[in-house]
Amino acid sequence: MSLQEIITEKLTADLTPTALEVIDDGAQHVGHASNTGKGYFTVNIVSEKFSDQNTVKRHRMVYAALGDLMQDEIHALSIKAKAPNE
Amino acid sequence: MSTETLIKQQIADNPILLYMKGTPDFPQCGFSGQAVQILRACGIDEFTHVNILENPEIRATLPIVANWPTFPQLYIDGELIGGSDIMLEMYENGELKTLLAEKNA
Repeated sequence: MSLQEIITEKLTADLTPTALEVIDDGAQHVGHASNTGKGYFTVNIVSEKFSDQNTVKRHRMVYAALGDLMQDEIHALSIKAKAPNE
Repeated sequence: MSTETLIKQQIADNPILLYMKGTPDFPQCGFSGQAVQILRACGIDEFTHVNILENPEIRATLPIVANWPTFPQLYIDGELIGGSDIMLEMYENGELKTLLAEKNA
């Protein structure tokens, strides 16, 4: 399973999103000084669980769902987290 | 002093604090560079930065203390504002400039 698929699976299991897009941005960062070979991803996610949560809390929920991946596999994650009515 | 105590002191003592990779003039990561550019675009030239590449203990400890895994991290008045994409979002909708203008007033 690719990292992209693992991210999708973890977010789906934890946050039951109504819309989810996981994009691998790795190609844009090849050769950067701080690129250690770890992943660069963008996550666009819509979930009822984000209702009444501010942006910092939403991002923390995404990070929590990904757990150790953030330490071990993912260098950078760009997150757009919305509630369904936004 | 433990690293955790040092971090808490830095966050408490510095009204605008950016934990970043590299320095404002020589950022070592595109996201840290973007964070500096956003602050400057908001009219903030003077802010405290901590280069986590030169402070490995802070680099290892801050994500646990802050419950936030990535860098850069911007703190205003002791509160985590977020990383570079939250900063960009808040810059684009004007919130960040308002927040920083209130500080300078």
